[in-house]
Amino acid sequence: MSNKDDRRKAPAGERVADWADGRLGIYSLAKANMRKIFPDHWSFMLGEICLYSFIIIILTGVYLTLFFHPSMNEVEYHGSYVPLQGQLMSEAFASTLDISFDVRGGLLIRQIHHWAAIIFLAGMFVHMMRVFFTGAFRKPREINWLFGFLLFVLGMFTGFTGYSLPDDLLSGTGVRFTQGAILSVPIVGTYISMFLFGGEFPGTDFVARFYSIHILLLPGIMLGLVVGHLILVFYHKHTQFAGPGRTNKNVVGMPLLPVYMAKAGGFFFLVFGVIAAIAGIATVNPIWVLGPYRPDQVSTGAQPDWYMGFAEGLVRAMPGWEINFWGHTLVLGVFIPLVLFGLFLAIIALYPFIESWVTGDKREHHILDRPRNAPTRTAFGVAWVTGYIIMLIGGGNDIVATHFHLSINAVTWFVRIGFFAGPVIAFIITKRICLGLQRRDKDKVLHGRESGIIKRLPHGEFIEVHEPLSQEQMYTLTAHEQYQPVELGPTVDENGVERKVKGSEKLRAKLSDAYYGEGAQIPKPTVEEYREITSGHGHH
Amino acid sequence: MSSQDIPEENLPAVQSAGHDEHGVVSVADEKHPFADPGLPPHEHRIQDVDERAAKRSERSVALMFTVSMLATIAFIAAFVAIPVDKSVFIFPLGHISALNFALGITLGIALFCIGAGAVHWARTLMSDVEIADERHPIEAEPEVREKVFADFKQGAKESALGRRKLIRNTMLGALTLVPLSGVVLLRDLGPLPGTKLRHTLWSKGKLLVNMNTNQPLRPSDVAVGSLTFAKPEGLEEHDHDFQNEIAKAALMIVRIQPEDIKDKRELEWSHEGIVAYSKICTHVGCPISLYEQQTHHVLCPCHQSTFDLSDGARVIFGPAGHALPQLRIGVNDEGYLEALGDFEEPVGPAFWERG
Amino acid sequence: MAALVVLLLALACTGGLYAAFAPASKAQADESAQSLTIEEGKKLYSVGCASCHGTGGQGTSDGPSLVGVGAASVDFQVGTGRMPAATSQGPQVPKKKNIYTQAEIDQLAAYIASLGAGPAVPTEDQYSPEGADIAKGGELFRTNCAQCHNFTGKGGALTHGKYAPTLEGVEPKHIYEAMQTGPQNMPSFPDTTLSEKNKKDIIAYLDAVNSEQTESPGGLELGGLGPVSEGLFGWIFGLGGLIAVAVWVAARTAKAKKS
Repeated sequence: MSNKDDRRKAPAGERVADWADGRLGIYSLAKANMRKIFPDHWSFMLGEICLYSFIIIILTGVYLTLFFHPSMNEVEYHGSYVPLQGQLMSEAFASTLDISFDVRGGLLIRQIHHWAAIIFLAGMFVHMMRVFFTGAFRKPREINWLFGFLLFVLGMFTGFTGYSLPDDLLSGTGVRFTQGAILSVPIVGTYISMFLFGGEFPGTDFVARFYSIHILLLPGIMLGLVVGHLILVFYHKHTQFAGPGRTNKNVVGMPLLPVYMAKAGGFFFLVFGVIAAIAGIATVNPIWVLGPYRPDQVSTGAQPDWYMGFAEGLVRAMPGWEINFWGHTLVLGVFIPLVLFGLFLAIIALYPFIESWVTGDKREHHILDRPRNAPTRTAFGVAWVTGYIIMLIGGGNDIVATHFHLSINAVTWFVRIGFFAGPVIAFIITKRICLGLQRRDKDKVLHGRESGIIKRLPHGEFIEVHEPLSQEQMYTLTAHEQYQPVELGPTVDENGVERKVKGSEKLRAKLSDAYYGEGAQIPKPTVEEYREITSGHGHH
Repeated sequence: MSSQDIPEENLPAVQSAGHDEHGVVSVADEKHPFADPGLPPHEHRIQDVDERAAKRSERSVALMFTVSMLATIAFIAAFVAIPVDKSVFIFPLGHISALNFALGITLGIALFCIGAGAVHWARTLMSDVEIADERHPIEAEPEVREKVFADFKQGAKESALGRRKLIRNTMLGALTLVPLSGVVLLRDLGPLPGTKLRHTLWSKGKLLVNMNTNQPLRPSDVAVGSLTFAKPEGLEEHDHDFQNEIAKAALMIVRIQPEDIKDKRELEWSHEGIVAYSKICTHVGCPISLYEQQTHHVLCPCHQSTFDLSDGARVIFGPAGHALPQLRIGVNDEGYLEALGDFEEPVGPAFWERG
Repeated sequence: MAALVVLLLALACTGGLYAAFAPASKAQADESAQSLTIEEGKKLYSVGCASCHGTGGQGTSDGPSLVGVGAASVDFQVGTGRMPAATSQGPQVPKKKNIYTQAEIDQLAAYIASLGAGPAVPTEDQYSPEGADIAKGGELFRTNCAQCHNFTGKGGALTHGKYAPTLEGVEPKHIYEAMQTGPQNMPSFPDTTLSEKNKKDIIAYLDAVNSEQTESPGGLELGGLGPVSEGLFGWIFGLGGLIAVAVWVAARTAKAKKS
């Protein structure tokens, strides 16, 4: 660089890069990342769906703020939508109508924003389940799991506050429910409610307050978490499924430049394109048919957006317990669902720590588990999802009742019982299916794949010819690790002195046995078994 | 105890570098049938070996980018040309906004084609040779760890934080107190609850005004089997505090044959079988009014709490914890229905101080 | 001149006489026609209705008394096919194909109306949406109707399998009659609590937001059921579609066949 001739010769792009490197040190960053390897699997792109829909939400959200008036001042409507002419409504509602009917393209952007939010949350849910069922949350990714979990929860509340902003009859009913739920909190409930709403419900403040929470506070935190989430993904390097040449010490795939730049960059446009087309085809939250909020009006089918649906289900299924004592009321009928909502989510957030405590495994894991090879974890996850879905059904019990011609009371009872029985049944069934699949894998390794060709032996017996697996396949099917259950060890040492066994140790041994003990996993085929069969009587 | 015995042979074998060069791997390694055979050799795509196929790919990618350009032009054209209130019928979507549909579809195509072009390019024309990148343990080497702890100890020692306890304690005190300012600042977010949740606009002598016609109600207006909603006299939709007041004062009026009323107090508080109940659900405050005139049940549309209006509005199903409050009504000298006081208990959802 | 006066007088007399007598005879004719209609209605009643509602409309254990329900009630119940009901029905009598002609329904209605005074069948200018205030109708609908029938009348659930039916495709006359009479578990909204004008406004609102011609600017209406159907659509077509795209993005490109 000291040579002047050299500098003149260097192309413009290089000179800009040099300039930036001299100030930002981008070359060392680029060296590590430009050819960073990403493994190919469709399920690894679920997180990208979330990232891109998040970006789409931010872009469209900024546009919407240009037209939306976060004010609860009452105005008389005189815009283009005839069935609301002359109606009293808040400025928030009126400006949302204007965005939908008078701003060209405003309706499209509103619908992209809302559809993207629905898909963002759905994407996060599925992404979280992918990570869960493949065990990608194990060391070193526990913190990133928590980041992701926080994003999911914050996404729920960002969605909820955004859904409340237009101040329509449906969202207002949701806000009313929130206020009622806040009131149920012992001791401080009424105070929180008064402070949040600036007095009694509905007051004239909540839209402006929810607005700053919706567009600034929560998305700000989420943006930080997303950046952290991505940095950790880069830093840890992506996990991969077991396969020939794929080990815990490497990552096999395509380089960031050019393949992933094109695929991931292209996928952003694909996601945006699909969501834009959906927003052009299907309506979402048509607030004009809902009407402005009034606390004495309501419509049947009052539901929150889907991601709050399971909380809604908890509330709908709960019996109306209420305890009065010493001049106070404990509103268990509302407060228990409120607590359960938090606990139910917390269970899945804490699961990685529970599992690592049970296994005592302190190693890094970069090879993903096939769900069948971790039957207890898989069964637990399916049980959790079952509980979640049953509550989701509970949240829409009236729509379920009308569309399947059922009694709403029967649906509610189904949900009440199902919340307890469903996960247990799902756990048992899933575990059995996992073990069955493990057995099948074992048979495949030992006896080969069923070829579908029937052969008649000289003595008349018909057999199906089994083709031996390739070594690649056999390696893939036997690559998973199998833990042994933790033994408590002798409780009496060699001197006959009784060792005190802590309760937590006993619990851990019990859990470990449930996870990895007899009947909880099918032992992998061993080389000896394989030899005996292959050398013994040929391939059947 | 803390770590498991994981059989060594079950750990994924280290990839052997030489295997990459091998051709077919179908010949099982007799010694270690389950050993990792290493990355399979790269197989060429059609585009790698056939230049015509590669050209076809190139043209498809270019076509998609071109379609995207056209779609963007169409987007702009639609924006300019289509009036914002134009409606078209498109099967099976129905009568929809022409502008919204046109903009959504063209924007969707414009974006999708960029993405599809880029991905097709990556999939067919960029190298698809799989590369293995080494991972390195995240944990630092023991020497680094030692160094960090030594540095920290040195720093801590030099700060003398451990020795000069007075500094440490006062600093912790100051840091603990300072966030209180922020908490105190939140005080004016709203008033204290006081007894606000216990009172509504209803008071003795207030007429029951029909929500629909804005006229005071007479007993003869309310027929058996009918459903009427009422607000207190003097509360108008244009009033500044209409929303807050109607949120507590909204009333649901039905008439039940006096002999069908099971609850004694309900009958006492009614006027010739006309009963007035709070329209606000005692669960979380939805306006409850799904009245079934044959069963006298009202259902809440939000969470399906069901109340029996012929039996003191007690809860017969769902998550509500107590009956709907009843307003005591009578008839004034001019023959209009009037309230005989405020509700005797707070309306709406229960709260800690309700008692 | 005299002849002219006589002629005028004669004309005036005949005109006066006509004016005095003709309407009376028309009324008589109407009355006899009315009683004929009631007779016809009674015949129809004894065939189709009496088994449940009793021979004189006094009601039995299988059906309520029809004394005083009025013609509007009959026109609604029979006109929407709810009556005659199947002998064993579920929690609520559903709408079905109407088996009577309008003339027969009118005869039945006349017979029931003759049993006791009740709401009459509304006239067209009572229920036609013309000249009504749509926005006011919307506000009234959200206060009085939406809690059971949904924002735009798509229907909703009631207790124990009962339901508020969809108002899509229901004739304005029948909507008016339903408000007037309160069929089955629906409460009635008599003119004293929901005025004639109010009812007309509500019908006009429904005509604007829930008819074949109703515009849904945003696109597919998804049943108009709110977040449940939106969530399902978002999961199936939104996320489902994106996952399908992701599968394509991540899939291996076809390899050249080895020769």
